[in-house]
Amino acid sequence: MRRFLTQHASAFGDAVRKLFASPLGTILSLIVIGTALALPAASGIILDNLRDLAGGAPKAQQISLFMASSADRRAFDEIELRLRMAHVGNWRFVPRDEALERLKAIEGVPEILASLPKNPLPDAFIVEPEDVRPEMVENLAKTFSSWPEVEHVQLDSEWVRRLDVFLRIGRLMILMLASLFGGALIIVTFNTIRLQILAQADEIEIARLIGATNAFVRRPFQYFGFLQGLLGGLFAAALILLGAGLLSSTLDELVALYGGRWAPHGLDFALVGRLTGIGALLGWLGAQLSVAVHLKKGA
Amino acid sequence: MIRARALSKRYPQGIDAIKEVSFDIGTGEMVFITGRSGAGKTTLFRLLAAIERPTTGSIIVNGQNLAALRKSAIPFLRRSFGLVFQDQKLLFDRNAIDNVLLPMKIVGLPANEALRRARAALDKVGLLNREKANLLTLSGGEQQRLAIARAVVNRPSILLADEPTTNLDADSAAGILEIFRAFHQVGVTLIVATHDPQWVSRLSPRILRLDHGRILGSDG
Repeated sequence: MRRFLTQHASAFGDAVRKLFASPLGTILSLIVIGTALALPAASGIILDNLRDLAGGAPKAQQISLFMASSADRRAFDEIELRLRMAHVGNWRFVPRDEALERLKAIEGVPEILASLPKNPLPDAFIVEPEDVRPEMVENLAKTFSSWPEVEHVQLDSEWVRRLDVFLRIGRLMILMLASLFGGALIIVTFNTIRLQILAQADEIEIARLIGATNAFVRRPFQYFGFLQGLLGGLFAAALILLGAGLLSSTLDELVALYGGRWAPHGLDFALVGRLTGIGALLGWLGAQLSVAVHLKKGA
Repeated sequence: MIRARALSKRYPQGIDAIKEVSFDIGTGEMVFITGRSGAGKTTLFRLLAAIERPTTGSIIVNGQNLAALRKSAIPFLRRSFGLVFQDQKLLFDRNAIDNVLLPMKIVGLPANEALRRARAALDKVGLLNREKANLLTLSGGEQQRLAIARAVVNRPSILLADEPTTNLDADSAAGILEIFRAFHQVGVTLIVATHDPQWVSRLSPRILRLDHGRILGSDG
């Protein structure tokens, strides 16, 4: 066990030395890997926050249940009971008189209303669903339509739904981008390791002749790929956090104009963990592929 | 310890480097494989070191048939040998002691123990005062002694050397000879492939004479 750990410590040390042996090359690789990881990750964070902003916007996800003019107190009680049992979120009853009073508060409207023989507005329930995913909201609206004495159900979030479709397209594009950049990261590591193997061909041959196993030969390269990917991930996280920091105040202003509040999520230690983890995994994979291909003939 | 039976090696071009060779080498023996250039000495060295596989026949070292040995087991077998190559195969981007440390790094010996052993090996070959030396500053004889230090540092039971005095002057060759004699005296099985007759007269080893891939005779 001690020898096993000594071998790993030695391979790790070799990998670290290789990283420092050519600082410029290492820095350039880290910039490439960091950018490849940062672009899709940052785009994903932006989309997630946009979706949340859209969902959290005032009145973004309200469902209005307009009651039939024939609906009476018993019908209202029935709807209240159903809403309570369905645990749909927050809701409130807006009587037609209250709605009329609100309408009168709008300039120019009282004159129009005065010409009407009676209050044309229906009684209504306004529901703010707990689950604001567009598909869930839409399902709820369908359910409400089938309830007794509910004449019309209005979804006040059509624009959110449209936005959601765009976000889904965006997410798909980010996924494709991430796959592309992930592949690029693997190729960068693959090539770096290939050059290292070529440069160390004599050492590898000699080590094999005097008893080195394939694992011994491969280990430093695998650690190198792992470390390079991990540092690239750290660099990517730093880029994203720096960018978010610089844009924060401007975005705050922008969101405030739409009545929201800029409280971004996804910019935390979990992001750093994810990026370093993905970077390390892809780096290791690139190294693994490279040693598998380039060390095969000497095995 | 080593038993070869009907050992043959044919290279893809159809060249028969070793033909139906059989011999036994006991523990602690000193055996020289001699013959002219092209006789098959280096091929036999490579077969013994499991660098090449025989085309036919068997070669059993410490109970293991090298012809049938799994690929993954070969590195572990090689660790029981000390190998000295004709071209030394040293790492010129490292200093002397780092070259000697390599076999111990491979087996995962802790750093302190490895350093102690490396210094002891360098001492045995008279290079302790050159442990930090750049290899380019070492003479041909010193480089060969360094290669021997690397070969013996893991305390192998078999020391295999291929033309270890090629390109060395008489004094350097004599120095190498004395080092080998010292290892043989402590029980190391010594197998040397050489075309240099001065070895034979000085050490009186058992001789396997090769010619065109066949053993012509065994003396001693």
